[in-house]
Amino acid sequence: MSDVNNATTAPVSALEAERADRENSGPMLAADGTPLKRSLNRALRRQKFRALLLIAPLLIFVLVTFIAPIVDMLFRSVENEIVQDTLPRTTAALKEWDGQPGTTPEAPVYKALYQDIAIAQERKLHTRLGSRLNYELTGASSMFRKSGRGVDDIGEVYQDQFEDLNAFWKKGENWNEVFGSDAWLAQIKDWKKASGTAQPAFEMRDGIAGVFPETATYYTIFADFVQNVDEDNLYKEDPWPLIYSSFYDDLTGDTAAAIASYSGPGATEIAEAAAAAPDFETVDYKAAFTKIDKDWGVSPIWETIRAYSPKFTNGYFLNSIDMQKSADGPEFRPENQRIYGTLFLRTLFMSVVITVSCIILGYPVGWILANLPARTANLLMILVLLPFWTSLLVRTSAWKVMLQQQGVVNDTLVWLGVVADDSRLALINNQTGTIIAMTHILLPFMILPLYSVMKTVPPSYLRAAKSLGATNWTAFWRVYFPQSVPGIGAGSILVFILSIGYYITPEIVGGTTGTFISNRIAYHISSSLNWGLAAALGAILLAVVLGLYYAYDKIVGIDNVKLGG
Amino acid sequence: MKFTTTLLASSALTVASGMAFADAHMANEMTIISWGGAYSNSQQKAYNEPYAEMTGVKIINDESSAEAVSKLRAMNEANNITWDVVDVTAADSIRLCDEGLAMEIDFDEQLAAAPDGTSASDDFGDTLINDCAIPQIVFSTTFGYRTDLVGDTPPTSVCDVFDTTAYPGKRALEKRPIGNMEWALLCDGVAKDEIYDVLATPEGQQKALDKLETIKDDVIWWNAGADTPQLLADGEVVMGSTYNGRLFSVIVEQEQPVAMLWDGQMFDLDVWIIPAGLPDDRKARALDYVKFATDTQRLADQAKYISYGPARASSAPLVGKHAELGIEMAPHMPTDPANSKNTFFFNYTFWADYRDDVDAKFQAWLAQ
Repeated sequence: MSDVNNATTAPVSALEAERADRENSGPMLAADGTPLKRSLNRALRRQKFRALLLIAPLLIFVLVTFIAPIVDMLFRSVENEIVQDTLPRTTAALKEWDGQPGTTPEAPVYKALYQDIAIAQERKLHTRLGSRLNYELTGASSMFRKSGRGVDDIGEVYQDQFEDLNAFWKKGENWNEVFGSDAWLAQIKDWKKASGTAQPAFEMRDGIAGVFPETATYYTIFADFVQNVDEDNLYKEDPWPLIYSSFYDDLTGDTAAAIASYSGPGATEIAEAAAAAPDFETVDYKAAFTKIDKDWGVSPIWETIRAYSPKFTNGYFLNSIDMQKSADGPEFRPENQRIYGTLFLRTLFMSVVITVSCIILGYPVGWILANLPARTANLLMILVLLPFWTSLLVRTSAWKVMLQQQGVVNDTLVWLGVVADDSRLALINNQTGTIIAMTHILLPFMILPLYSVMKTVPPSYLRAAKSLGATNWTAFWRVYFPQSVPGIGAGSILVFILSIGYYITPEIVGGTTGTFISNRIAYHISSSLNWGLAAALGAILLAVVLGLYYAYDKIVGIDNVKLGG
Repeated sequence: MKFTTTLLASSALTVASGMAFADAHMANEMTIISWGGAYSNSQQKAYNEPYAEMTGVKIINDESSAEAVSKLRAMNEANNITWDVVDVTAADSIRLCDEGLAMEIDFDEQLAAAPDGTSASDDFGDTLINDCAIPQIVFSTTFGYRTDLVGDTPPTSVCDVFDTTAYPGKRALEKRPIGNMEWALLCDGVAKDEIYDVLATPEGQQKALDKLETIKDDVIWWNAGADTPQLLADGEVVMGSTYNGRLFSVIVEQEQPVAMLWDGQMFDLDVWIIPAGLPDDRKARALDYVKFATDTQRLADQAKYISYGPARASSAPLVGKHAELGIEMAPHMPTDPANSKNTFFFNYTFWADYRDDVDAKFQAWLAQ
């Protein structure tokens, strides 16, 4: 196109033409004057964008329903925010503790624990944390359940004393008068739940946080909970025992001067309480928790909380390779608790056995199908596909009937006199059962790629080899077999990857020695609810499959895999 | 049948006044989750059909109770709870309650009192195991044996399960530690009231596994409650554990040569829970349903269809005959005095703590 532009300046001589060329030697321009390259790119980009729009529905569908859930699930294998979210003060205070086994943290940690659990039990989060920590430490579940029940008794020691001192402290209204701002108080007094309008959000009185810092903090949490979670009228709500214990802390704390000069609502009662507080019966938080559950007084629970306080953990991954965290770093679990290594190896081993069985059984079938006349081949093809279309559960259950000790196979063998009646073969509820049933179920995945590859091998090659003097075996092994290898490759990948993640068949016919790692993953998802561990096991399984695929590509070459043609 | 109809009519009348008012703010569709099979069928007959007839509510049934805890957790995370009332085992209800996934119930306020005026919490008594679970039935996991395969001296004790000389052949046990560990210790000579103390120690757990090791080669491990009845019917096992209602249907309804070995049976509960965080109209509907479905008469009605004992004390005298077979149901109840001479009660608190730990050991032992 730039030729057209240049043509207007008709060159007089070759020399002039050369000069003109040199002057125009910038980028080639399109008709509208933009550089050709950019113009072309823009056109292509528009095309690519249009192509992308065409596949967008599929792409979005795959992203939303497949990739995103997998990523979300895998993320759970390291995510561990629950400890820090539920026990923020405790985990912060625990940083001071050196974590030596046999020792327990200092008093401030126990107090932080009291504050955390008092809030968590209102929000019903403490038991959730208990079941999380129970995966790591037996008994944590009931420690947290008991502590949630007992924690209010601790605060009530102070609550009772304040209430005995003056009935003023019994009523939520009075607390609100002290801690709420005048503007908010005016609004909340007018508000009726039945009116349907939103409850005016709690607003702290100016300067009160400087006088009662602790109480103000927890009162805000309390107010937020009552208004937004419980959706009760905050003005009428009596405070939690936690508010009383923090009020005591403030009265005996280092804001004494500010309290002495306080003149807001309830000043008389506060002065009275401040005078009485130093003589109050106090709570030893450590003793109180040890009384709830003696395990709070020994180190294991603290080591566990400390080890699992970061937001992310490698604990699940350690667990899924039969290891655990300990004071001196990761270590192997005791012999009698190791299971996942065995299961991973077994899964790989059995998948290999199943793949090889499928090759051995499928290869002749593929060969026959490819070499029979089309009509007969199609008929036989239906026989291959028929089980393929039958429900997996039906086929597995059928194998159960076939293989059990009083089943068809054993009955026939006994009838034929091959085995004695009292020594029937154990063909099910073990590895044999899983291998037989899964080989049968996955066989079509081997036969179909084999068939489609073998179909493309011209029969004349074999005839040519034989006419050149090759024996049947040489003709097969040197001429036919190498051409069918891509089919074996494709079938093996399909069968191997499918079997490595198989779940239902091993569960039904596998007994104890024929189950796969996927059965454990399913158990942790639906029974033990240890989703983090399930995610870690799944991530490892995914990595193993990808690793094997990579190795396969390096050794055999993924280009040599053909599903057909 | 006629009896049921009159009963329904009368109960409909008694609650009608309350209903007419309540209907206005209750959802008119609800999803009830249960276990399927004969058990769901009994609930259908005893609770759902009469309730639907009385209120006109449309009931959708779903048989997902086996995965209830994980599904409710997923629903909770997705903030889209599609279930209204869920039937779960006691242990699952504890976990749901612990995780805040089930609603807390004020039993005396929200459930029906007994006909004689006894409050709901007194009437349910010990079957109230946490703040969320509304008890329904008492069932047991117990053993059944093939009468034709055990010779002239049928087994009388749970310890015969461990005696492969006297009773050769395969046994079916559940593929989990709960129950099996207790029976193993009991038959290893541990006194019944010390079993959980022993089982709390690593040595005790090993002791139980060692005892199970003696029969490991003779065990077929089951996952689903329907497995053992099938294995017994096929003659694959001589004895096996499962839920007593399943054995009842093998013995009485299918007339297989199978008998009950009630010794050492382990009681457990099936309960209703209502998922936490339902919208008000659906919550009101769910509460109304459980109030109806767990009243004295309804619980007794269920026992006409399946051999599970009602969780209310006041229902026991009302348990009558099987609705179709016309046999007395009382002798088939796990709670019948003749059957409950030697029993365990599922120790929920122990297993809530030790489940993860013992299960890891149990599974590692199984995989060896």
